[in-house]
Amino acid sequence: MLSVRVTLRRRRWLSLAVAVLLLLAVSLIATSWGAAGIPASAVARILLGQGEYPATWQTILFQIRIPRIILGGIVGMTLAVAGAVYQAIFRNPLADPYLLGVSSGASFGAALAIYFVWRFSWGGLNAVSLAAFGGAMLATAAIYSLGRVGGKAPITTLILAGVAIGALLSSATTFFMFTAREAFHTINLLGWLMGSLALADWARIKTIAPYVAIAFGVIAYYSHILNVLQLDEEQAMALGVEVERVKLLIIASASLATAAAVSVSGVIGFVGIIIPHMVRLIWGSDYRFLLPMSAILGGLCLILADGLIRLLFAPRELPIGVVTAFLGAPFFLYLLRRYKKEVFYF
Amino acid sequence: MVLLEVKDVHFSYDGKPVLKGVSLQVSGGEILGLIGPNGAGKSTLIKLIAGILAPQEGAIEILGRPLKSWRRQDLAKVVALVPQGAYIPPTFTVWESVLLGRTPYLHFPGIASKKDIEAVQRAMEWAEVGHLQDKFVGELSGGERQRVILARALAQEPKVLLLDEPTAHLDIHHQVSTLKLIQGLARAEGLAVLAVLHDLNLASSFSDRIALLVEGKVLAQGSPEEVIVADRLHRAYGSGILVMSRPDNSTRPIVLPDLRIS
Repeated sequence: MLSVRVTLRRRRWLSLAVAVLLLLAVSLIATSWGAAGIPASAVARILLGQGEYPATWQTILFQIRIPRIILGGIVGMTLAVAGAVYQAIFRNPLADPYLLGVSSGASFGAALAIYFVWRFSWGGLNAVSLAAFGGAMLATAAIYSLGRVGGKAPITTLILAGVAIGALLSSATTFFMFTAREAFHTINLLGWLMGSLALADWARIKTIAPYVAIAFGVIAYYSHILNVLQLDEEQAMALGVEVERVKLLIIASASLATAAAVSVSGVIGFVGIIIPHMVRLIWGSDYRFLLPMSAILGGLCLILADGLIRLLFAPRELPIGVVTAFLGAPFFLYLLRRYKKEVFYF
Repeated sequence: MVLLEVKDVHFSYDGKPVLKGVSLQVSGGEILGLIGPNGAGKSTLIKLIAGILAPQEGAIEILGRPLKSWRRQDLAKVVALVPQGAYIPPTFTVWESVLLGRTPYLHFPGIASKKDIEAVQRAMEWAEVGHLQDKFVGELSGGERQRVILARALAQEPKVLLLDEPTAHLDIHHQVSTLKLIQGLARAEGLAVLAVLHDLNLASSFSDRIALLVEGKVLAQGSPEEVIVADRLHRAYGSGILVMSRPDNSTRPIVLPDLRIS
């Protein structure tokens, strides 16, 4: 029987290795996708530092496409990992990274910045990004403190506080959208709400990377505890987990990373909810494996989706959520039918 | 040696008293059966001892040390709980589920040492789930799932084992084999076992001593033949219970519904 477990473990490691290779391959191939018709052979030679090509091609490659791919990878990883974390903490299959107000807070912040034409900037982030980040963190903090009852934060009150604050902020965002003085403000906001990687550059990557890295560190440290938290909280306490402290720390980390990602990409749906379920369906619930695998597939998914946008619809910038959902949903439904495991809790 | 001592514990939920001065002791190698009608406070008492709830008055001592002075992680190395109707996600394998019992011992980020793996293997053998280790929990029967939870508790290598209805939803064969297993472990490993048992016959058959809890107080405590007596049970549960002696010369009484009383 021991050999079967080794086989399951080996199957997981093999899958993870394949996924990493796939991520690298897709990232490389995606460098040749875009509005400017640079042939793949030229891209390959520029990347290898060979050949003489126009300076604009170099700029497009190193200042636009590569940062865009890296940012897409970071955002995709963040959403998938945060989604997995929220599903474990809230023991709810519908939990996504936006459950505790990150998206409604970020959207509200972005709406304020666009409506009032704020102009400040910091660390390569414009006012819209900064206001989105601030709005996301404030909304999450508000939901967490409103959801607390007698020194504890029960998951049901947290979720309900999230629903209420989310509705409040969304109505404000919609109000700003409809009353904007300029039509292009409305279009800007709408575009932001649906997510895009079009503004990717190195400065943005440098600014958000530390937040994401710290959050991933904390989450990785607690990967086994996330297994325990998938039981109910009483069982987790009986197994020696300081549930309230750990929950706060993990929620804060996941929200911080998501807020950072959303501030530069806008609200991208689907990745955070579907990727962790996909991994769970195929390889099981052990978060020591599920987290890295979700990160890799989340990054892969977003890079691929953004690449397809550039390849098929350039120069128009289609919202990235359109592609992730349009291609991802049927694939996920296929997995759901094929594996028919009892994934959903309760 | 007394491993678990509960001294005059009071507890109320939102001002509504549930436990009104409960005292009991469990020694190593001993099974104390906790019986009593619904709502008597049995599960609450178990949660207090597991450190999930804190008593408003009175004291609980584990291995002679006040419960309050234990770090939660250290407490989980000596006290293990098999909760009532415990939930395990169906997409964990049995092996992964039992490994959760090693939580207080594991280091970053949950990598199992050789000692952890041995403890998990041993616990799975005791609970007879070793052959299921690579199945997903969602594929198991109710009885198998219950044994997985027991194996998880044993993987904690506890000194005190708390069981809340460990035989609920099991057929008679699995009820008997589970309790025999627990009895054997208590004897062999010197475990102090406190088990909430609804089935009075199982409580009578497998407990060394029994505590009868009624409305937050211990109505009687002692050997099965001292506690399982008709007038005590009638005071606790109302009439309609017949206490009889067993046909096999054991002194442990048995209990039947009394059909003469409508």
